[in-house]
Amino acid sequence: MLSIKNLHASVEGKEILKGINLEIKAGEIHAIMGPNGSGKSTLSQVLAGNEAFEVTDGEVLMDGNNLLDLATEERAREGVFLAFQYPVEIPGVSNMQFLRTAVNALRHHRGEDEMNAAEFMKLARETSKQVDLDPSFLKRGVNEGFSGGEKKRNEILQALLLKPRLAILDETDSGLDIDALKVVADGVNALKSEDRAVLMVTHYQRLLNHIVPDYVHVLADGRIVKSGGPELAFELEERGYGWLGINEAVAS
Amino acid sequence: MANTDKQVNELIKREYEHGFVTEIEADTFEPGLNEEVIRRLSAIKNEPEFMLEWRLKAFRKWLEMDEPEWAHVHYPKIDYQSISYYSAPKRPEDMPQSLDEVDPELLRTYEKLGIPLHERAALAGVAVDAVFDSVSVATTFKEPLAKAGVIFCSISEAVQEHPELIKKYLGSVVPAGDNFYAGLNAATFSDGTFVYVPKGVRCPMELSTYFRINAANTGQFERTLIIAEAGSYVSYLEGCTAPMRDENQLHAAVVELVAMDDAQIKYSTVQNWYPGDENGKGGIYNFVTKRGAAIGKNSKISWTQVETGSAITWKYPSCILRGENSVGEFYSVALTNNYQQADTGTKMIHLGKNTSSTIISKGISAGHSSNAYRGLVKFGPGAEGARNFTQCDSLLIGDRSAAHTFPYIESKNKGAILEHEATTSKVSDEQMFLCRQRGIDPEQAVSMIVNGFCKEVFKELPMEFAVEAGKLLEVSLEGSVG
Ligand SMILES: Nc1ncnc2c1ncn2[C@@H]1O[C@H](COP(=O)(O)OP(=O)(O)OP(=O)(O)O)[C@@H](O)[C@H]1O
Ligand SMILES: [Mg+2]
Repeated sequence: MLSIKNLHASVEGKEILKGINLEIKAGEIHAIMGPNGSGKSTLSQVLAGNEAFEVTDGEVLMDGNNLLDLATEERAREGVFLAFQYPVEIPGVSNMQFLRTAVNALRHHRGEDEMNAAEFMKLARETSKQVDLDPSFLKRGVNEGFSGGEKKRNEILQALLLKPRLAILDETDSGLDIDALKVVADGVNALKSEDRAVLMVTHYQRLLNHIVPDYVHVLADGRIVKSGGPELAFELEERGYGWLGINEAVAS
Repeated sequence: MANTDKQVNELIKREYEHGFVTEIEADTFEPGLNEEVIRRLSAIKNEPEFMLEWRLKAFRKWLEMDEPEWAHVHYPKIDYQSISYYSAPKRPEDMPQSLDEVDPELLRTYEKLGIPLHERAALAGVAVDAVFDSVSVATTFKEPLAKAGVIFCSISEAVQEHPELIKKYLGSVVPAGDNFYAGLNAATFSDGTFVYVPKGVRCPMELSTYFRINAANTGQFERTLIIAEAGSYVSYLEGCTAPMRDENQLHAAVVELVAMDDAQIKYSTVQNWYPGDENGKGGIYNFVTKRGAAIGKNSKISWTQVETGSAITWKYPSCILRGENSVGEFYSVALTNNYQQADTGTKMIHLGKNTSSTIISKGISAGHSSNAYRGLVKFGPGAEGARNFTQCDSLLIGDRSAAHTFPYIESKNKGAILEHEATTSKVSDEQMFLCRQRGIDPEQAVSMIVNGFCKEVFKELPMEFAVEAGKLLEVSLEGSVG
C-alpha cells in the first residue's frame, strides 16, 4: 500500500531524513522507534505533507500513486491520517464542528452525502465514549485547554471518525497514564483492519504489550538502521540503542 | 415620452453648466455644497422651517471645522465640492426588471451568503413592484408595530409627522458640531430611519428585515434616530450581509440612540460595502458617527458590529452612560483584507454611578490590510463604582497585514475599576496544517479558524444574522490564503 524509497527531506536547509526505505502493506502495523531527534516526527510530517519540510530526493507511492504530488488535504482525502505528537489548539472552533467539517470533507471527496449536524452528533458522541472522552469535550474548542492525555485521546477519536487507510500515530502513547494507554491501544486495535495500515512512532515497549506490531524499525540519524519483528522492541527496551552503534547522547 | 424627459434633463444640465440656478427639480444635484444647495435639498423634501434652520446652522459650523487626521487610515483628500448632495430615488423603469438583468457575480455571492431568494431581487435593485408585494411588507411589519405603538419610518417622514420628537432628539446625542463628518451629515442628510418605542413596550419584532429590503436606497448621508422610552426594548439590525454596490464613494452616516429608565436598545450592524478590488482600487469610505445616550437609570445600550466592507472604515459606536446603573456594550468584529483600512472601536463615557461597560473587539487582518482598534474608556467624577472590561484581540492572516491597538483611558474617579486584556495571534501554520491534514480545504480552514476567533461577538447577533455573518467572513476572506 505504501512504498517509501530513498526518501530525503530537510528543514531550513538541514537534512533530517537521509534515505528512508520502507514498505507497508495493507493490514500491517509497523512501529518506528529511535532516539530523540532521529527524524521520526519528520518522517510522519513529510508523509502527511507538511510544507515546512522539503523533500529533496526519493519517492513515496501510495497504492502506486505518487503521494508527494498531492497537497496535504488531498493526501488526507486519499486516507492519510496523522495523529500529532503535539496537537495544536484552535480556540473557539468547537471540536464537534471541526470533526464534522473534516468528516464531510472526506465524504464529499468520495461523492457521498454530507452528514447533517444531528447524525454527526450521535456518531461523535458514541465514538468519544469509545476513547473515554466525555462528550462535553466535543463542545470545547479543538484541543483548547485539553490535558496532554486528553489531546492524545482526541487524536484517536479523530482517527476513528475519519477511518483512514494509513494511520500515522506519532507518539500517541506518550504522556498517558496506564488507563489512558489502554484506551489508546484499544483505539488503535479497533483501527486495525485488512485494508488499513498503521505506522506508529513510539518510545515505549509498553504500548507494544497492547498492540502487536508486525514490524519494528529503528530510525537513527535519518535512516532506518534496523528492522525486525516485535521481539526487537523488547531488545531495545533492555539494551537501549547503544548496541546498534548509535550514540544516544549525540542523537538527543 | 422618455425622449422628452431626456431632452429636458439635458437642457437643465446645460443650464447648470452655465451657472444658472433653476427652480426645476432635478433628479440629481450638480456637485457642490453651499447654503443654496441645502435650501433646495430641504425644499425638495418639503421640510418645515425648523429643519432647514437646523441644517443651515450645522453647515455654518461645518465650514469652520477641520477634517480629522488622527485616524490610522490614509486616503487622498476628499473634494467636498465634487460631490452631489441629492439624487432622487431611481424610478422603477430605470431599474433592472428581473434578476436576469443583474450581474451574475453579485447573484453568486448572494447564494453563497444564503440570502433568501425573495430578498435577492430587492437587494440587487430590481424594481420592487416586479418582485415584492409592497402591501405585504406593510401588513407584515407595520401592523404589529402600529398596534404596539412603535413608530418605525423614514426620518424624512418623521420630520413631517413627528416634528416634536425630531425637535427634541435630533442632534441631542451627536450634535452637529461634534465632528467634521457629523457636521456634514447634519447639513446634508438625505434620509434614514426613525424608531420610537413608547413607554413599557417591548418591540414585537427585530427591526431588520424591512430594512434589508429597503437598504438599497438609504443613500450617502444617512441619519438614524432611535428613542426607547422608559421600560421599553428594541433590537435593530442595520445593513445586510449582501454586498452593496454603490456609486457614492463617501458615506458619512450618523446614528443616535436614546434610552430612558430601564430601557434597552440593541443595535446590530453588518457592514459589507464595496471594499475596493484586490489591488486597493475603488471602494467606499465609511466615516460614521454612532452614539447612544443611556440617559435613564438601569438603561442599556449594546452595539454589535460586523464590519467587513468598505475601503476605509472610521467608526466608533459609543455609549454615554449617564443614568445610574446604566450599561454599555460594544461587540465588534472588523475584518480587513487586501488593501482595506479600518480604524474602529468605541468610547464608553461613564458619568453615572455604578455604570458598567464591556468591550469585546476582534480585529482580523489579511492581505496588505491594516486594522486598528481605538477605544476610549472615561470615568467622570460622578462615576462612583463604575467599571469597564475591555478585551481586544487581533488575528493576523499572512505576514503582510497589520494590527494596531490604541486604548485610551481617562479617569477622574479613583473608585472606578478597569480591566483590560489584549492579545495578538496569527492563524498559525500548525493550525492550518492540522485542518488540511484532516482533509479540510485551506480557505474553509481559514474561515473556520476566523469564525472561532469571533465566536464571542457572533453570539451577540440576532440568530439568523449570526449564521450569515459567518458566511460573510468566508466570502470576505476569499483569496487570503495561498
Ligand atoms: N521546523 C524545524 N526547524 C529546525 N529543525 C527542525 C525542525 N523540525 C525538526 N527539526 C530537527 O530535526 C531533527 C529531527 O526531529 P524530529 O522531530 O523528527 O525527531 P523525533 O525523532 O521525532 O524526536 P522525538 O523522539 O524527540 O520526538 C531534530 O534535530 C529537530 O531539531
Ligand atoms: Mg517526534
